[in-house]
Amino acid sequence: MNVASALTPLPVLIPVGGAAATMFAGRHPRLQQVITLVALTGLVAVCATLIYETDRHGTIAVLVGGWGQEVPGLGPLGIALVVDRLSALMMIVSSIVLLAVVLYAIGQGIRDGDERQPVSIFLPTYLVLAAGVCDAFVAGDLFNLFVGFEVLLAASFVLLTIGASADRVRAGIAYVMVSVLSSLIFLFGIALVYASTGTLNMAELATRLDHVAPGTRSALFAVLLVAFGIKAAVFPLSTWLPDSYPTAPAPITAVFAGLLTKVGVYAIIRAHSLLFPAGGLDNVLLVAALLTMLIGVLGAIAQSDIKRLLSFTLVSHIGYMVFGIALASRPGMSGAIYYVAHHIIVQTTLFLVAGLIERQAGASTLRRLGGLATASPLLAMLFLVPALNLGGIPPFSGFLGKVALLQAGAHNGSVLAWVLIGGGVTTSLLTLYVVTRVYSKAFWRPRADAPEGALAAATPAVLLDDADDVTFIEREDVGRMPVGMLVPTMALIAAGLTLTVMAGPIFSYADRAAAEILDRQQYISAVER
Amino acid sequence: MTTALVPLLLIGVLTSTGVYLLLERNLTRMLLGLLLIGNAINLLVLTVGGPSGNPPIHGRASAGHTTDADPLVQGMILTAIVITMGVAAFVLALAYRAYRLTTAEEVTDDPEDTRVSQQTEDEADEDVLRPEPQPAEDEPAELDALPLS
Repeated sequence: MNVASALTPLPVLIPVGGAAATMFAGRHPRLQQVITLVALTGLVAVCATLIYETDRHGTIAVLVGGWGQEVPGLGPLGIALVVDRLSALMMIVSSIVLLAVVLYAIGQGIRDGDERQPVSIFLPTYLVLAAGVCDAFVAGDLFNLFVGFEVLLAASFVLLTIGASADRVRAGIAYVMVSVLSSLIFLFGIALVYASTGTLNMAELATRLDHVAPGTRSALFAVLLVAFGIKAAVFPLSTWLPDSYPTAPAPITAVFAGLLTKVGVYAIIRAHSLLFPAGGLDNVLLVAALLTMLIGVLGAIAQSDIKRLLSFTLVSHIGYMVFGIALASRPGMSGAIYYVAHHIIVQTTLFLVAGLIERQAGASTLRRLGGLATASPLLAMLFLVPALNLGGIPPFSGFLGKVALLQAGAHNGSVLAWVLIGGGVTTSLLTLYVVTRVYSKAFWRPRADAPEGALAAATPAVLLDDADDVTFIEREDVGRMPVGMLVPTMALIAAGLTLTVMAGPIFSYADRAAAEILDRQQYISAVER
Repeated sequence: MTTALVPLLLIGVLTSTGVYLLLERNLTRMLLGLLLIGNAINLLVLTVGGPSGNPPIHGRASAGHTTDADPLVQGMILTAIVITMGVAAFVLALAYRAYRLTTAEEVTDDPEDTRVSQQTEDEADEDVLRPEPQPAEDEPAELDALPLS
């Protein structure tokens, strides 16, 4: 057993162990924070080692449980954990985002008072969420993927309804119901896959599904696609997202927006490339991608609350990734992988900036905001850079990712691909319109011109949303932006800019990852040595 | 592979009843619907594991069976049952909280959704306010504070 395979279970074990330790330290908030930071820093280090190892030496596969290797006629025993270039990239980006967001949350808590807040459950739950996300990325087994989804969903239920105010309970109920239903559909798909192949190990499935009749294969793929589509918020399964995410506190919304939908996208990539390479649903996916892009961004235009507006752009940009996946070609897949990495970082950053806006100005709705550019030019810059990045302005990574996807579409050359290229360009323009509308209203217009500008929330909300409305003048001074919130936000903006500056190496990595997952033999032979 | 008809029929009935209940607005009924669908799927997993047989333990046999039963499906069902139970407990807590907050456990529409859907074109451009419906006087405010650490 070499170092790399010893490291493979750690992305799940470290956060779970950290969660247990923070639970025991429930009465000592500072100790909890230290444990969380140590665990997540360790997670980043492990993920960095894993991405280096997989890129140098290829896919790592571990069969947990010490059952030995393959049994003739049965396939591999034990639970397979597999890290290839794609999962390694997803894990390193996710762990960086998880660390930055928890720093932001802790920074906000220290400055704005966390003694009234339910912090003793926040950090353990957050670590469980991290474990679930990582488990989904390393799962080499369909049922383990299901368990990973369940772990992250159960943690997200608690985080979304933290404080249990009326708004959050209402949003939480809808979110819980939709999520549990999608899990049941996933389990249903697992039962059908097991019925038709007799295994759930993904490498073994990849071999055996080739011998299943094409009609049955498409049906299996469709069931799994519905389950993953709900989690990834692909139209028409996306309506739950903008209703539930914005009510949560800013850091929680940020980590949800960055990671949870992308786990669904990751599952779609895996199912599409490894299990069902000829699933026969590519045209369906392309149409779904087009509708996701357009309807998502049209929804964003109608919103006045910044967090809801960002939730709609989140849905909209999932469409780009589905577009790349559905092209089923190496350029399409590498574009989609790059876009996932870009989108995790930029969407999380924007939600963190929305949290800063909410804290400084006492509101997150455009009906109340105004004059922020004069009040805080730094905040304006913090918003503008990721916003332009999301809108796809050159030279940012959003532009590079979109160009890669459009080129892949042109390379495909079918009529539907050209329609999607048109849709993608339109969506990009409309996204730019949406973010510049936020910028001109919240930052440039005087606050007096805002219809509700005279009102603001009395105190900055950390984890609870219990602040009453007061007039803006009576609002107590919240001071400058806390360093503990600024530094993680800036670090994520810097990470987004790194994706731009280092686009060459990162794109060639994404291209290698795409080649690796399209050539299924590498994955299969790594598991079935 | 042959399958008994009765479990399949049972799965169908459980799922359809579950879907019917899930479409209600009452949270308890929605939860019951989820539990029914969950049980239907557990039954499906059990059914796809094949017929009953010897216990899958080395050296153990039960009368009249020539093959081993599939142990994997039972492991999966066990996991699924535990997960469903945890989620059901959480939904019950949520339902109780919703009841304490609003004295009803009906799931209401999203207020921001309603506002956006009712605004006219001019309002959408100008973000004009429309009066929000006032809560009833007898609505209980914060009934119980959460235990905070």
